[in-house]
Amino acid sequence: MSESFKFNDENLATAKQIIARYPQGRQHSAVLPLLDLAQRQNDGHASDAVVDAIAAMIDMPRIRVMEVATFYTMFHRKPVGKFHLQCCTTTPCWLRGSSEVVDAIRKHTGIDFGETTKDGMFSMIEVECLGGCVNAPIVQINDDFYEDLDAASMVKILKALQAGETPEPGPQIDRQTSAPAGGATTLKNIALAKG
Amino acid sequence: MLQDKDRIFTNLYGQHDWGLEGARRRGDWDNTADIIKKGRDWIVNEMKASGLRGRGGAGFPTGLKWSFMPKEIGARPHYLVVNADESEPGTCKDRDILRHDPHKLVEGCLVAGFAMGAHAAYVYVRGEFFNEAARLQAAVDQAYEAKLLGPDACGSGWAFDVYVHRGAGAYICGEETALLESLEGKKGMPRLKPPFPAMSGLYGCPTTVNNVESIAVAPTILRRGASWFTGFGRENNAGTKIFCISGHVEKPCNVEEAMSIPMRELIEKHAGGVRGGWDNLLAVIPGGSSTPVLPKGICDDVLMDFDALKEVKSGLGTAALIVMDKSTDIIKAIARLAYFYKHESCGQCTPCREGTGWMWRVLERMVKGDAEVGEIETLLDVAGQVEGHTICALGDGAAWPVQGLIRHFRGEIEDRIKQRKGKSRVAA
Repeated sequence: MSESFKFNDENLATAKQIIARYPQGRQHSAVLPLLDLAQRQNDGHASDAVVDAIAAMIDMPRIRVMEVATFYTMFHRKPVGKFHLQCCTTTPCWLRGSSEVVDAIRKHTGIDFGETTKDGMFSMIEVECLGGCVNAPIVQINDDFYEDLDAASMVKILKALQAGETPEPGPQIDRQTSAPAGGATTLKNIALAKG
Repeated sequence: MLQDKDRIFTNLYGQHDWGLEGARRRGDWDNTADIIKKGRDWIVNEMKASGLRGRGGAGFPTGLKWSFMPKEIGARPHYLVVNADESEPGTCKDRDILRHDPHKLVEGCLVAGFAMGAHAAYVYVRGEFFNEAARLQAAVDQAYEAKLLGPDACGSGWAFDVYVHRGAGAYICGEETALLESLEGKKGMPRLKPPFPAMSGLYGCPTTVNNVESIAVAPTILRRGASWFTGFGRENNAGTKIFCISGHVEKPCNVEEAMSIPMRELIEKHAGGVRGGWDNLLAVIPGGSSTPVLPKGICDDVLMDFDALKEVKSGLGTAALIVMDKSTDIIKAIARLAYFYKHESCGQCTPCREGTGWMWRVLERMVKGDAEVGEIETLLDVAGQVEGHTICALGDGAAWPVQGLIRHFRGEIEDRIKQRKGKSRVAA
């Protein structure tokens, strides 16, 4: 955990670009993207030092930045694992077997919601609807959605991550994104679709 | 069934190039300047005539909404804000637009923005859609590069900028005024209305907030004409629509279809039917988690449009169908949604902050049958006290699924309570 936080040169340039998206004097609008950028640089942890740095950068009272950092679920006030497993269990995922997927993670990693493995490899939380319901169940790992999961494919992904591989995100069964498995019922006229 | 030639989102599944070149081949950015040259009034009137109703859930007529913006641009700039905070359980249509057809949205921003006198649009994308937001940003960058955006967008003489802004995890930010608060750098807590955003929205300036799909369909409607769009769906329910079909179907999917398609036809043609056949259907939540659940008897012949679903005391919402077969514990399914609303309540209004948690706790007991039959009436009463008594519609959205459950499945709740009582009597 860092005691102080400073953007590196690359992120400082990005931060300036972010602030420039908003009208003069409206730099507080940048608080979400800046907290996100800082959290990324700080190993996924929106620490007090991160909050302080952002507050100073956009001249916003520290308590207001703290309010934002605690209101939105994607800011982690405690450190998370290298791979942060965000398990959707809302009704559409639950109907398609999210409970089995969650159990598979518990069994494989030995952790439960809100916990991190001792080696810091995995942390796990329960999240509300991720917005990919026709590809349920879904687990978001860091920035990527792993879709159409079951216990076996979930464990396979965890093992791949442990082996230092990058498993392909998206559907874990044979289908094209949100199209029905086995082939789309529409848009089969490829020439037209290509224009 | 809707024909491919009448589908707007021809790259819905991302089989083709999402980029500018691919988008142009599919007809996007085709003489956009000509549309703009027809003027603000023409665009707004054409949108009104198309009958397009907002695709984010509320179904407010889009053209009418645009017409609420001040005619003259005063000292305060006008803003278009696009709501891409897609988070209503069951709903995942905007995700496909953002990642597979982003240029439809970017072009729509320009046309809609011009029609409301705005020189800038902010697209608020839910934080979890990291890759989708990056894709949209890439499309925006392409549009600038090709001078489709910028000081003279498409050579129309209209200056226009599009900014992508990511949220950070909060369902409530899909409520338009909470979204504006969030965009201003605050907690996402809805504002009291009036003033409405068209008078005082982002930074206190005239603002219109529209859903991704509403904006993305606009250029196609304007090119093909209002009468083309009204050719689909029943009166007052015009157009085509992306439907999301999740849950207990053979092949969950997104699909663009004509409005007013029968629910059964939609599920059987595109999603491979209900798991185990239509007779194995228990119930469908027709329009995202906020809309009341419908039992099979109603699903048999109900049409998928605003008016038909309103008639059966539910709603089209976001047109996201959550299908449940007979293996479903319907009380648990709704209890999980109650938990969702409890989790997502911003805490500003007492009926919602306290009511969502209370409803969830009672429902969790009812899942186990650990309740009194008389509590069903109390639950209904509390739901009625949350509904309509909050600043925003999250309270309504939390109350409606509970009301739908009791309306159609009161017997199941009673049976479970009686079963448990019977068991405990035997045990005693």
